[in-house]
Amino acid sequence: MNDMSKVEPPPLRFEAPPSTSLLAHARHIVSENPVTGLAFGLFALILFAAIFGPSIVPYDPLASNTNSALQGPSAAHWFGTDQLGRDIFSRVVAATRLDFTIAVASVALVFLLGGLAGVAAGFFGGWVDTIVGRVADTIMAFPLFVLAMGIVAALGNSVTNIVIATAIINFPLYARVARAEANVRREAGFVQAARLSGNSEWRLLLTQIVPNIMPIMAVQMSLTMGYAILNAAGLSFIGLGVRPPTPEWGIMVAEGASFIVSGEWWIAFFPGLALMTAVFCFNLLGDGVRDLVDPQRRN
Amino acid sequence: MLGLIVARLKTTLPSIIGVIVVTFLLTRVLPGDTAAYFAGPAATPQAIAEIRSKLGLDQPLPVQFVAYVGALVKGDLGTSLTTGQAVTKDLAARLPASAELTLFGLLISMAIALPLGVLAAVRQGSWIDHLCRIVATAGVSLPVFFTGLLLVYVFYFILGWAPAPLGRLDAFATEPPRISGFLLIDSVIARDPETFRAALSQILLPALTLAIFSLAPITRMTRASMLAVLGADFVRTARASGLSSRTVIGTYAFRNAMLPVVTTLGMVFSFLLGANVLVEKVFAWPGVGSYAVEALIASDYAPIQGFVLTMAILYVILNLAIDILYGVIDPRVRLEG
Amino acid sequence: MTAKPLLDIKNLTVEFATRRGTVQAVKSIDIGVGKGETVAIVGESGSGKSVTSYAVVRILDRAGRVAEGSIGFSGIDLVGASEAQMRDLRGREISMIFQNPRAALNPIRKVGKQIEDVLLQHVQATRATARAKAIEALEKVRIARPEERYDAYPFELSGGMCQRIVIALALACQPQLLIADEPTTGLDVTTQKAVMDLIVELTRERGMSTILITHDLGLAAAYSDKVVVMEKGRVVETAAAAEIFCNPQHPYTRRLMQATPRVGMALRDLLPEAAAKPPAVPRILAAAGNAAAPLLRVENLVKEYPRPATGSLLAKLIGKAEPENPAFRAVDGISFEVRRGETLGLVGESGCGKSTTSMMVNRLLDPTSGRIVFDGQDIGAIPAKQFALTPLRRRIQMVFQDPTDSLNPRFTAERAILDPILRMGSLKGRDALRARCEELATLVGLPIELIDRFPHQLSGGQKARVGIARAIALEPDLVILDEPTAALDVSVQAVVLNLLEELKQRLRMSYIFVSHDLNVVRLLCDRVIVMRTGEIVEQGTAEEVLGAPQAEYTRELLTAIPHPPL
Repeated sequence: MNDMSKVEPPPLRFEAPPSTSLLAHARHIVSENPVTGLAFGLFALILFAAIFGPSIVPYDPLASNTNSALQGPSAAHWFGTDQLGRDIFSRVVAATRLDFTIAVASVALVFLLGGLAGVAAGFFGGWVDTIVGRVADTIMAFPLFVLAMGIVAALGNSVTNIVIATAIINFPLYARVARAEANVRREAGFVQAARLSGNSEWRLLLTQIVPNIMPIMAVQMSLTMGYAILNAAGLSFIGLGVRPPTPEWGIMVAEGASFIVSGEWWIAFFPGLALMTAVFCFNLLGDGVRDLVDPQRRN
Repeated sequence: MLGLIVARLKTTLPSIIGVIVVTFLLTRVLPGDTAAYFAGPAATPQAIAEIRSKLGLDQPLPVQFVAYVGALVKGDLGTSLTTGQAVTKDLAARLPASAELTLFGLLISMAIALPLGVLAAVRQGSWIDHLCRIVATAGVSLPVFFTGLLLVYVFYFILGWAPAPLGRLDAFATEPPRISGFLLIDSVIARDPETFRAALSQILLPALTLAIFSLAPITRMTRASMLAVLGADFVRTARASGLSSRTVIGTYAFRNAMLPVVTTLGMVFSFLLGANVLVEKVFAWPGVGSYAVEALIASDYAPIQGFVLTMAILYVILNLAIDILYGVIDPRVRLEG
Repeated sequence: MTAKPLLDIKNLTVEFATRRGTVQAVKSIDIGVGKGETVAIVGESGSGKSVTSYAVVRILDRAGRVAEGSIGFSGIDLVGASEAQMRDLRGREISMIFQNPRAALNPIRKVGKQIEDVLLQHVQATRATARAKAIEALEKVRIARPEERYDAYPFELSGGMCQRIVIALALACQPQLLIADEPTTGLDVTTQKAVMDLIVELTRERGMSTILITHDLGLAAAYSDKVVVMEKGRVVETAAAAEIFCNPQHPYTRRLMQATPRVGMALRDLLPEAAAKPPAVPRILAAAGNAAAPLLRVENLVKEYPRPATGSLLAKLIGKAEPENPAFRAVDGISFEVRRGETLGLVGESGCGKSTTSMMVNRLLDPTSGRIVFDGQDIGAIPAKQFALTPLRRRIQMVFQDPTDSLNPRFTAERAILDPILRMGSLKGRDALRARCEELATLVGLPIELIDRFPHQLSGGQKARVGIARAIALEPDLVILDEPTAALDVSVQAVVLNLLEELKQRLRMSYIFVSHDLNVVRLLCDRVIVMRTGEIVEQGTAEEVLGAPQAEYTRELLTAIPHPPL
C-alpha cells in the first residue's frame, strides 16, 4: 500500500470533453438529421442480429425439410423456404454474424496496416513513402474485385482468406487517405509550433498528427465497411470463401439465382435485401460519423 | 501532346511490371502446391509431378520468373483443363463479349449520370438534386448481382419484356460475321436489323445492371465537382461579365468539372471490371468473367491466373487512356508532358 | 457633382438565410457614385462591403437576397430588373474585378478566348474580329507581346499579369462602372501599385466611375475621391477622401484610422484613445553602446532547392542528358546579426527568401551552407530534426502567421500554451501548471476564462494571443515573428503589435520580425534588412533604411506603399 504515495496525479484534462457532451452531441446530430438516426438504428439492429441472431431465430438455419421446400413467404416462414425447405428468415438473420465479422475484421486489419503505412509515408516521406506508394500503386493497378478473386483463388478458399483479400484491396484507399492527411499536416503551423515546443518527431506524430487524422479515418472506416460486405458477398456469390450450407448473404443470393427465372423470387430476394440494407446503413453511417467526430461542429 | 503520351507510357511501365510480379507471386510463392492446382483436383501424384517439372516449378524462383515472363511474351498463359484450349485463345474469343457489355453499360451510365449530376448542382436543393442524392447513396449500396436478379425477375418473369438471361443472342438468331467482335456493331455492319434487335434485347438488362452500379460514383462526383466549380471565382467572373448561363455552365463550369470526373472514371472502371464478373454469371454472358467463374468452380487454375493478368493489363491501359483524356482537357497537364 | 448619380443605392438591406435564421449582412445603406467618380468602400472583414457590390451586380449566392431598398443605375432599377436585362448589363455597363486574380480566370481556357467570350456575348465583336479585338484589349492593359499572351493559360502568368487580364476582361466592353473588389489583396506592394495605377489611368481616360472595395485605408485614400466606411453592415461615414482622414467624424472611422500604421506615428498611437495605454517604454536602442557579442550571427547562409529535372528519363538512358540544372537558391549567401534586446525587421516581397531565412534561423529547416551562431554556438550544424531535443530549443521560439493554422484543433488554449513547458520546462504538477498558464494568459491579455476553449471557439485576435503566450512560455531569448498580424484586421493588429512590443521589453527578448508591410516594420523594428531574390539589398537602422534608403529597390518598395494623407 506504500504505492499510494506515488499515485500519479489525475491526468490533465485538456482535451477530452466529458463523455456526456459527446452523447449530447450525438443526440443533437441525430435530431438534426433523422436519416443518420435511422442509420444508427439500423446499425443497432445489425449488431443485435450479429450477436444474438443464431440463438433467437425460429428455425435451425441448416435444417432442411423437403416437405416444405420452395414455399413463398407466409406466417410460418416469413421469408419463405428454399429448395431444401430451410427457413430463409432464420438463415438471413443467422448470416448477419458471418457477414458482419468478415467486414469488421477486414476493415480493422486494413485500418491498422493501411493507416499506419500511410501515416508513416506522409509524415516521414523519403523511402518509406516510396515503398508504401509503390505497393499501393501496384494494388491499384488491378481491378480490385478481380484482384480479390485472384488472391482468394491462390491463397485457398476460406473465410480468413476473404478477410485478407478484402483488406488488401482496401489498402491503397487507407494508405492514400492517411498519407495525404499526414502530409498536409506535416508542415502545418500547429505541428511546426509543436516542434518549437520541443516535441520529438515521434511524439509529434502521435500527439499532433494521428489524433487529427482519426476523424477522417473513422469516416473512411464506416464507408468501407459497406464496400467490404459487398466485396465479401460478391466473392461468395461466385463460389469463393464461404461454402454451402453455411448461411451467408452472398451465397444465399447465388443459390436463389436459378429460381428467379421460374418465379421463386424470395430465395434470392431476402438475403439480397439484407445485404443491401446493411451496406446502405454503413454508407449513411459514414456521414453520421463524420458529423460526430468533427470538432468544428461540436459546440 | 505526343510528349504527354510518352510521359504517361513511362509511368505505365512500373504498373505493368508490378502486375506481372504480383500475378507471378500469386501462383508460385503462396502456400499450397501450385502443381496440384494446375493439375486439377482429379490428378494423380504422378501427373502432378509431371506438371511440376513441365512448369519448371522445381527450379529456383528467379529462373521460374524468367520462364514465366518468357511465356508471357509469347502469349502463353497455359492451357485450360476445362476447355482444353490455350487460355490466351479462350480469353481472346471471349473478351469482345465482356468489352461490349462493359462499354455499353458505361455508356448508359454516363448518359444518365452526367446530366443528372450537372442538373443537381445547377439546381441545388430542387427535386432533381434530391433524386441525385438518392441515386448516389442507394446506388453504391446495391450489390450488383442482386440488381441483376431483380431486373431479370421484373422484366423477364413478370413483364416478359426481356428475353431469358442466357447469353448474347437467343438460339434462333445467327451471329453476324465477326469484325469488331461487338455484336451490336457487327450486325450493323452486316446490315442485319434482326440480329441487331436480338443482340440489343439481350444486352440491355445486363448493361443496365452495370449502369445502375456505376451510376452512383459518376453522379456523385459530377454533382460535387460541378458544385465546387460553380462556386469558384472564375465562374463568378464569368457571371459578372454577363456571359449567358449556357456559356457559364457549358464552357466554363462543365469542362472544369469534368476533370475530377475523368479521374473518377479510373475507379469506375475498376469497379466495372469486377462487377462484370458477377453480372456475367447472373446473365450467363459468355465473356471472360464467366469463363473465370467456371474455372474457379472447376479449380482450373491457369484460366484464373490468365484472367487476372489480362484484366489488370487491360485496366492499366484504360488508366493510360484516362490520363491522356485528362491531358486533352487540362492544358496544365498537357504542357507539363 | 451631378444631380443624379450614376449608381444610386438607397436604403439597401441584404439578407442571408443561414442555419441560424436570417442574417442581415447589409443594413439599409445609402451609397451614391457619380459619373467619373471613384468611391472607396472601406471596412474590416464582415462589414458587408463585398456583399454590397455583389448585390449591385446581382451575383449574390443562392442564400442571399435583397430584402429592401433600391439600386438605381442610370435610370434602371437593378433590384427589379429581369435576369436577361442584368446579364446584358453585366460586363457591358457594369464590370467587376476580384481579388485573387489567378482564381478569377478559367484555368483551362486561353486568356484571349476568355476575353473573346465577353466581347461576343455583348456583341462588341464578330467571330471574325474577336481575336483582333481581344488582342487590342490586352494591349490596352499594357501586356507586352499580346499576340503571344492571347494563347496563354492563367497558370502560365504571374499574379499581376493575371490581374491585368481580369482588368482587360472587365474593360473590354467599355462599361460605365467598374467595381474593384480588393483588387490587389495578395499581390506584392510594387505589383499593387502598378495594377492600381493602371486601373486609375484606364478608368480616367474613359470617364468611368469606379467603386474600390478595400480593407486598406491607405489604398482608399490614395486612389479615391470619396470614401464610404462600413461597419457590421452599416455605412457609418461618407466623406471626401481628403476629409475623412483629416477629420474623421464617426468613432469607428477614428478607430480604424488610428489603427492604420502610417509614417510619423509611434506604436502606441495605434491604440484607441479611450483604451488605457501601456506606459511608454523608451525604446532602448540596442545598437547604441551595446558592446556585448550579438545574440545571433548569421554568416553566408544559403538554402538551395533542387530544380525538377527537365531532361527525360529516356534521354538520360541514351546518354543525352542535358547539362545539370543549377539548383534554385531561395536564400543566397546572406549575413546579418541580431543584437540583444533589438527587433530586426526582415522585409521583402513574396519569394524573396525572408520566410526561408526565418525557418532556418528557427531551426525548422536545414541550411545548405553557412553558419547560424546563436549565443556563441553554431546551431546551424545541428540538424533540424534533432534541434527539438537540445536545451537550445527553448531559447528560440516563433509566432506564426496564421493563428488558426498554428493551433492544434484538438487542444484547448491551455494545452497549447503549456505544450512547451510540458516538453521542456521544469514545472510539474497540475496546479503549478495551471497557475503558470493563467499567468501567461494574463500577460498576453487573454481572459482566463477562455483558456479552456478550443481554437474554433476563439476569435482571430484571441488565437493570436494564444500563439504568443505559447511562444513566450519558456521566456526565450529570441522570438521570430512571421507576419504575426497578416491575418488580422487592423484594429486587432494594432493591439497585438503593442502587446508584442511590451512583452519584448518586459521579458528582455530579441525579435526577428518578418513582414512585407513596411509601415508596421517602421513601428516595431530597430534595424531593418531588405531582401530580394534571396539576397540582402540593404540593411541598417530603421530610420536609415526607411527614411533615407540607399538601394533603388528599397525606394521602389517605399514609394509603392499607398499613403493616407496626414
